[in-house]
Amino acid sequence: MTSQGTKVLVVVAALAAIAIVVPNTNSFVILLSTRALAFSILVMSVDVLLGYTGLPSLGQAAYLGVGAYLTAILATRYQFGLGYDFWVVVVLGILIAAALAAVFGLLAIRATGVYFLMITLALGQCAWGLAYRWNSLTGGDNGINLRGRPKFGIDLANEVTFFYLVLGFFVLSLLLMYTLVRSPFGRSLTGIRERELRMKIIGYNTWLHKYLAFIIAGGFGGLAGVLWAHTAGIVSPENVVLTTSVDALLMAVLGGAGTLVGGVIGAIIVFGLREYLSTLVPWWQYVLGAVYVLTILYLPTGLMGIPERIRQRQTLSGKREDVKKIAPVTS
Amino acid sequence: MTSTLLRRLGWPLLGSVVALGLTAPANAAEELRIGFVAPTTGIFAQVGKDMVDGFQLYLDDVNSDFGGAKVKFIVEDEQAKPDTAVTRAKKLILQDHVHMLVGGLLASSGYALAPVSTADKTVYIAPVSAADDLTQRDLPKYPYFIRTGWSSSQPSHPFGQWACDQGYKKIAAIGADYAFGYEVIGGFQRAFEACGGQIIQKIWPPIGTKDFGPYIPTLRQDADAIFTLMVGPMSLQFPKQLAASGNKKPVLGGGTSYDEFVLPSMGDEVIGHVSALQYSAALENPKNEAFVKKYRAKFGKVPSYYSETNYTTAQMIHEVIKNNKGNFPGQEEFIKQLAALKLDTIRGPVSIDEMRNPVQNIYIKKVDKKKMFGYDKDELWNTVIKTYPNVNQFGQFNKEEFLKTPVYSRDFPPCKFCN
Repeated sequence: MTSQGTKVLVVVAALAAIAIVVPNTNSFVILLSTRALAFSILVMSVDVLLGYTGLPSLGQAAYLGVGAYLTAILATRYQFGLGYDFWVVVVLGILIAAALAAVFGLLAIRATGVYFLMITLALGQCAWGLAYRWNSLTGGDNGINLRGRPKFGIDLANEVTFFYLVLGFFVLSLLLMYTLVRSPFGRSLTGIRERELRMKIIGYNTWLHKYLAFIIAGGFGGLAGVLWAHTAGIVSPENVVLTTSVDALLMAVLGGAGTLVGGVIGAIIVFGLREYLSTLVPWWQYVLGAVYVLTILYLPTGLMGIPERIRQRQTLSGKREDVKKIAPVTS
Repeated sequence: MTSTLLRRLGWPLLGSVVALGLTAPANAAEELRIGFVAPTTGIFAQVGKDMVDGFQLYLDDVNSDFGGAKVKFIVEDEQAKPDTAVTRAKKLILQDHVHMLVGGLLASSGYALAPVSTADKTVYIAPVSAADDLTQRDLPKYPYFIRTGWSSSQPSHPFGQWACDQGYKKIAAIGADYAFGYEVIGGFQRAFEACGGQIIQKIWPPIGTKDFGPYIPTLRQDADAIFTLMVGPMSLQFPKQLAASGNKKPVLGGGTSYDEFVLPSMGDEVIGHVSALQYSAALENPKNEAFVKKYRAKFGKVPSYYSETNYTTAQMIHEVIKNNKGNFPGQEEFIKQLAALKLDTIRGPVSIDEMRNPVQNIYIKKVDKKKMFGYDKDELWNTVIKTYPNVNQFGQFNKEEFLKTPVYSRDFPPCKFCN
């Protein structure tokens, strides 16, 4: 059994490797990595709900959208958030997305299972509808173009600088969410995931726990949105649409729900296949489809479940050998 | 990881190639890299195919040789999503080091790609994406942007005048609910009302509407004609349901409603419908006839405007590169020379105005069932019934006054004669 310490060590090593290797690759790879990392924050927020609380949200893109549209509207209309006030936008983005989650949560948390899925889907589509139809504010179908990235001492227009900023936010989010899920609060979330009724009987206010988790996840979604707006340079209803929510959910499942870093692996794989492999071969969609199908069929615990599987197989085959050794004697 | 490794190994190789290129004589064959963004998957994949086929056909015609430069044509899938378009454009610029970007289908893709061209100082040519403001109010922001296709409202301006000339007084409009729809209908309304007509109704069904049952009965009975602007599958469904409802009024439409892209799949109910665009596959000139036959023989379908505009764009790029003896003259110079071109193309004479939008013929076309170009079957064709020569994007209007008004939208021009 690998201890939690070794796991943390592996993650830290992987992050360090990313920080060192990526800036030395070509600029397109840097761009893709930045996107994958920014989106990973959203995927991790989905994982807090899906993997730790047992709430499969299909409307998480709404919070990304709120953060992204806020950033874009402030930047293009009021020239706000392009200097040191970028940090104000970050805070605002988190707060507004959390506020939206607080409203949506009131409606969604009462439901469980498939019904929760449906309600979050519907709410997410409401946000999409707003983005699509509120032409005067959101630019409708055409979206909003950001003219440039913030500049405060450091110039974020530089892709490498911006990559480090996003990486920084990513690491911070990972740390915060990791602390969250390992805190007593996080433990009770896991308890709710396993058996809500029992938690209720013990005396926990499970509704409140789920509601808070929903709001926190929304806040992280907003942060992802602020970063995404500056990463892509364009915000359009495409960011809020159902497929974006589904993408986030699939990435979380692909990497392994309930692991946080699994979502990142999922994001990197999907972004890699969709944006990089697709430039090399036209049949990339089959590869992506096959990855999804194979993962669901053979790795229900996601890619993060692979080490566990290998260990199981080793112990299993070890046992079999033991059996063989014994077998001749008995026969 | 393997790819990074490969790239590491690739650098010295690339370096030596560049070094070789520097030492080679200046007139040696250069490689011209053209990055092409079009939707090749998703619901717009077939349109994307027409775009790519049109461009490819021209390359095949000249054997990918632009005045000595070997053309490397790199197609990327934008999936008709602005986000994806940006990523793919970045890939083309950063990884393939293309000399120019060409393509983009929807207005949203055009709006997304133009800032990329500014940020990365790369030429962006839009053969299809027609969003008005790219070559109007927003132009100063995009110094490396040029259009070889059209702006959405360009055919609508002469078309509105034509509708007046037919004696129509009141027209009800129904169009897809997004920017392109607003611009096509807005242009028509401005022109039609400027010559005394009245738009008495505007209905906006959402994109992808499959059932027009709720909309058709609400069309006002006192209208002399109906103006429609449909895209994709909507173009097929609307005329069917309109005919089924027993409509006897004349039907006018934006160019994309009856473009050859959808025309072969349409039924006889569209015969007599009139639309306006800068191209019709039924144009009777030798260039077009040869183009239609060649295209049809190769791809098994009649070329749409998407095919023609990309073919012509390739021709324009060829012309500029040829004038520079096979060298790419640099971004500013390329834009300048392209904008100065006057070419006789398949769609007729094309030049480019000072706001980098084409000045070209606008054809008023009526759907007809007939034999054309020696094909032995009766088919639907967009027969040209009137030609407005050399129309620019402002049409009959004064440019300065035009630019002072806002871009066409759901609420502009206001519907003064509704209710």
